Amino acid sequence: MKKQFTALILLLSCLISTSLIAQSTFPKNGVYDVRDGIYAFTNATIYKSYNEKIENATLVVEKGKVKAVGMRIAIPAGAIVVDLKNEFTIYPGLIDMYSTYGVPETKREQGGGGFFSRTQQRISKKEGAYSWNQALKPEFRAHENFTVDGKAAKDYRDNGFGVVMTHQADGLSRGTSTLVTLGESREHEVILIPEVAHMLSFKKGNSPQSYPGSLMGGISLFKQTYSDANWYKNYGSKEETNISLEAWNEVAALPQVFDVRDRLEILRAAKMGEEFGVNYIFKGNGDEYQRLDEIRSVGASFILPLDFPTAFDVEDPYDAMVVSLGDMLHWELAPGNPAMLAKSNISFALTTHGLKKKSDFWKNLRTAIKHGLTEEQALKALTFTPAKMMNAYDQVGSLEAGKLANLIITSGNIFSEKTKIHHNWIRGEAFVVKQLEEPNLDGKYQLQVGGQQYSLVVDNKMKIEVNDSTEIDVKHNYSKGLISLSFSPSKEETRKVRLSGVVEEGQWSGNATQVDGSWTSWSARKLATEEKDEKATPDKKKKGDATAEATGKVLYPFMAYGWSERPSQKTYLIRNATVWTNEADGVLENTDVLITNGKISAVGKSLGAKGAQVIDGTGMHLTCGIIDEHSHIAISRGVNECTQESTAEVSISDVVDSEDIDIYRQLAGGVTTAQLLHGSCNPIGGQSAIIKMRWGYAPEEMKFEGAPGFIKFALGENVKRSSWNNNDRFPNTRMGVEQVYRDYFTRAKEYMELRKDPKTRRDLDLETVAEILKGERNISCHSYVQSEINMLMHVADDLGFKVNTFTHILEGYKVADKMAAHGAAGSSFADWWAYKYEVLHAIPYNGAIMHREGVLTAFNSDDAEMARRLNQEAAKAVKYGDISEEEALKFVTLNPAKILHIDDRVGSIKVGKDADVVLWSDNPLSVYAKAQMTFVDGIKFFDRQEDEVMQDNIQAERNRLIQKMIAHKSGGGKTRGATGKRKHHYHCDDMEDEMVD
Amino acid sequence: MKFIINIILLSCVTLTAMAQQTPAPPQQGAIAIIGATAHLGNGKVIQNSIITFENGKITNVGDGSTVRIDRGQFEEVIDASGKHVYPGFIAPNSQMGLVEINAVNSTSDVRELGSLNPNLRAIVAYNTDSNVPPTTRANGVLLAQIVPQGGRISGQSSVVELDAWNWEDAAYKTDEGIHLNWPRVSRWSWQTRKISKNKDYDKQVQEIEDYMAAAKAYKEKKDRPNTNLKFDAMLGLFDGSKKLYIHTNDVKAMTQAVMVAEEAGVTPVIVGGRNAWVIADFLKSKNVAVLLNKAHELPPNEDSDIDQPFKTAVALHKAGVLFGFNMSDSPMQERNLPFQAGHAVGFGLDKEVAVSALTLNTAKILGIDKTVGSLETGKDATLFISTGDALDYRTNRVEVAFIQGKAIDLDDKQKALYRKYSKKYGHKIKK
Repeated sequence: MKKQFTALILLLSCLISTSLIAQSTFPKNGVYDVRDGIYAFTNATIYKSYNEKIENATLVVEKGKVKAVGMRIAIPAGAIVVDLKNEFTIYPGLIDMYSTYGVPETKREQGGGGFFSRTQQRISKKEGAYSWNQALKPEFRAHENFTVDGKAAKDYRDNGFGVVMTHQADGLSRGTSTLVTLGESREHEVILIPEVAHMLSFKKGNSPQSYPGSLMGGISLFKQTYSDANWYKNYGSKEETNISLEAWNEVAALPQVFDVRDRLEILRAAKMGEEFGVNYIFKGNGDEYQRLDEIRSVGASFILPLDFPTAFDVEDPYDAMVVSLGDMLHWELAPGNPAMLAKSNISFALTTHGLKKKSDFWKNLRTAIKHGLTEEQALKALTFTPAKMMNAYDQVGSLEAGKLANLIITSGNIFSEKTKIHHNWIRGEAFVVKQLEEPNLDGKYQLQVGGQQYSLVVDNKMKIEVNDSTEIDVKHNYSKGLISLSFSPSKEETRKVRLSGVVEEGQWSGNATQVDGSWTSWSARKLATEEKDEKATPDKKKKGDATAEATGKVLYPFMAYGWSERPSQKTYLIRNATVWTNEADGVLENTDVLITNGKISAVGKSLGAKGAQVIDGTGMHLTCGIIDEHSHIAISRGVNECTQESTAEVSISDVVDSEDIDIYRQLAGGVTTAQLLHGSCNPIGGQSAIIKMRWGYAPEEMKFEGAPGFIKFALGENVKRSSWNNNDRFPNTRMGVEQVYRDYFTRAKEYMELRKDPKTRRDLDLETVAEILKGERNISCHSYVQSEINMLMHVADDLGFKVNTFTHILEGYKVADKMAAHGAAGSSFADWWAYKYEVLHAIPYNGAIMHREGVLTAFNSDDAEMARRLNQEAAKAVKYGDISEEEALKFVTLNPAKILHIDDRVGSIKVGKDADVVLWSDNPLSVYAKAQMTFVDGIKFFDRQEDEVMQDNIQAERNRLIQKMIAHKSGGGKTRGATGKRKHHYHCDDMEDEMVD
Repeated sequence: MKFIINIILLSCVTLTAMAQQTPAPPQQGAIAIIGATAHLGNGKVIQNSIITFENGKITNVGDGSTVRIDRGQFEEVIDASGKHVYPGFIAPNSQMGLVEINAVNSTSDVRELGSLNPNLRAIVAYNTDSNVPPTTRANGVLLAQIVPQGGRISGQSSVVELDAWNWEDAAYKTDEGIHLNWPRVSRWSWQTRKISKNKDYDKQVQEIEDYMAAAKAYKEKKDRPNTNLKFDAMLGLFDGSKKLYIHTNDVKAMTQAVMVAEEAGVTPVIVGGRNAWVIADFLKSKNVAVLLNKAHELPPNEDSDIDQPFKTAVALHKAGVLFGFNMSDSPMQERNLPFQAGHAVGFGLDKEVAVSALTLNTAKILGIDKTVGSLETGKDATLFISTGDALDYRTNRVEVAFIQGKAIDLDDKQKALYRKYSKKYGHKIKK
């Protein structure tokens, strides 16, 4: 038997230089040496596929393919027989669906970015008939750029992988990926499927082009490109040649693989894909379990990473303060992500992508298994699922006749910690990770060196037992039947005895040099093994084991103050409160309000209702929820798409961030609805999203159903980039700002005409501007000084549209009569001023004057902090300008509801309206008033008493996780320095590039 | 009667929009305010009070039900029944008068070049004609500490009265303290949204220790071959004539700042103190006072108590730490200083403690409490009458205000514009 192994090993070393597949196109230098490559693996446990295991079976390989597999298979003539003696298991070679193996990386070029002094790069610098946008590279072909990389291939192979899908991970469209084996022959043989999938992401990568500078810009660019590609197919190619659009259409039939940064991007991309009939396969981020229900409903397949988070070093309680509950909980629960997806019947493949070392893959996979992933599911995710995903199951993914002879030979169950991968065969070519025949040296030996006897013990290391308490370490080396040892014969002796010899069954022998340099013979005889009791497990806790018992619950959203169960609609009766109706009834003392099915169902005295939860409002005030006309919370990756003078195509509604703690904080300030506006860095900004503060819900569920469309416009210093060192984007003056509007609206009118012809390319930017002209979209315009306010109303009158809202509007008081005549509302800061030149004349009486002059007036926040106390801002209308308290409250409730055209649903306490109400401890305009309870749609999303309980729970859960991390560290587990996340609080003028990786 | 005349006079002083308010002349005759609820600033309240002042100093503070005054001795007797009297509020850590419009560099004298600038003096750049102080004093803030920013040591602050012809005239306590910006323990990257350790922190702290030691050594050496203006400015720290204000918010930074200062023989004042509630007992044990960030800021971390900024003052008070409020780098917001204290009252701070924080306690921290900060006989008659509770937006209406007995003009540029445009539209507004 041993001889056969040896023969095989010799053979294997030759294999690398010969070939199983004749390459007919290459000239040869010498004599043909083409072999049949017939191997028969006998007496093996074989996983034919992830769910079909056969014992004592035979597998026959010929010419790089599986010839036969089964129980009673005849061994063909000319086969090299490898008897696996029922000690080894054969698995199909593993597949990694997400790799950049062998494909060159790109370099970041100098170009535009988002920062103040940089010049912007408006169009692509790539020469040729390619896309206008450098982040779109559908024409890139990974297989054309692929070269075999022996070192990287070995790293994969040593861990059992035989095939990877590789690509260039750079840009929004990254072109096609290619499916390759991890063999080391010519690329011609290694590439299995040249173009296997179209790779996409929301990362701009190394594109130096400014657009898109925000996630919403990225989404818009995709939408425009899907639309352009369709136009190009039908009409456009007659007008122009565009290699990128052509390629985009070519790759449309392939699987579309989308790389996402987080769980919400899955939902965003899926929604975008739905619009254009595209289903993506997602390369996930490992946090999918945090929005499992929504993600399941997407119906997509996934490629999941196993780069689980590292624990934090939280021993110092001050340092630990910055570490968030969400991050700690993710550390605990992330290893359960694959299991949770499997339980939800979501199909997924696994990838090594993201791991620092490939060898961590097995360790992490075993952790995932401890967290509930079954071995069968794991094997499926490494064989069947990836092969199916990439339409390659006819070649790889199982060991069936006709498929590639990609297989691995292991010492046992591949998921067991003790198991070693011995061979990795790729297309019938063997790569040896570890010799099959390496003998098990473990045991006790009687070692004789010259006249001296020693008691030698071999387990995970080799040592000589002198007595019960003294051991001597023995250095040793074993290689292919030869063994060498060296040790000091006693503790006092520093010189070594050195032995070399051969290993035969149970008996080692050879020659030794003693400490004085003299030669002698040595031998070691294995002693009969005593039956050891199996308590041999080491005392020390194993690394990473601390995460095994996950007891934390998934929170929605996944952070402190998240719900483990969503609050639900109930029938509430609020009794005996002072009710600010915002209706003709005014403020009603000692009044009851009944909430049923999410609506206000009765307002009156001594109301009764069966089954209602009664809330005593004695001494308290009830108002409708606060509505913030101007907010930038709950937005993912960028509030501004700054890169062009008009970005009407982008929309905040594509990037609503439901996982923003400010939602909860604002509920605690009585806010129930907010308009999330695009920033103010271009004259025509993006579309807004109007949301309700449904804390814990998914992004789509946050949106105010049926609310009309809005778009942000902006005037003045921000759009002319007054704070930039060298602005190179038109406009640079208020004169230029006017012309941008005249130009865009004129073009939008022309566009509406042109679009009657289906051959006209759809332009999402102009289409949105056209919506304004058609009265389908309202403007909320950032504005400060009277000249510009006046100007925009004139442009509007001339071109036939209306300005719905001037927001900020700090000089509104100077042109309040004109605004009232135009019908524009004013949504202002209560008392901000002096922060820039254009607010030099801002006065806190602005709201009062506009209101008196008949302008629909609101106060807004534009600030995550101020939004928590908009009731106090309303009080400033009383303080500065003597507006009545009742009217002042409307500045932050009914008036913004009217401005947003949602006053049929919210903005007052009236039977039939949404039960978005706030119970205050005091007069809501008082500095002492606290929101005690906040309801949205009759659901109590905030309760100050429950908040106290929640805070206690947060502390308890933090402490539990901190203790667990400390235990993990003491057990030898890895940790990283205590760090935390802090969100970026967006303001109008934030314009950092959010799309770089 | 005189009172009514006075009020009308005050509102008529300026009718043109751009005119500056005229500083008030010194107090002429004795003035008495009777019948008001007096918040003394030291925690005490007198209902139906009598407050008299002459030549800029308070001559009597008493209970109207027991004390009688001879009306004939007063030039003016103001009946403030139902109204409230407070000592002038004090705005510490302010950049009023150093900057007019934040975004316009030419209007800013806040940040000097260089890192160690203890010799800089904010007082010389304080612009008494700034449009900001009039809007601030109209809400009851009558004194401010003008503080430079930037670098490791920004320079020296001075306390000013918010009604003056020039900085010399405004100065109440000159060069009273040195401002040290403690290094940050951690840094935040907007790109990753992650907080990470400041790797240079230990080195930066060492630099401060070294600088303090060098300044102290300079003090000991009597015959100096060269004069070091920077060290000269530092000398006052070691004899107690100057305060050391350390601007920092992090727990570890605050703790270390106190230890380092103590090592140099200085008891510092913490400015900021966002997380001071964590080490309130420590701060008390070291006798360190805190000028808290405004309550109107967001909690520091995602997991933090959502109301932490409103509650920090309560925790400090409970531990016995002396504290005041500052508006953290926001001159245009100084007028909202009273409402920071008011907001904390909503979250459990005793109302009179909140008043003390805005008055006597801040005066103690700034070292001006012997002459100002409370309604006590012998102190400056720096006080105001509000229609109602001055800590609440609903009732904060400053009707009359005195700085050292001078009845100051409560008009401002913004009110003038209000009148101008109300007149344009024919709106009737309250005088």
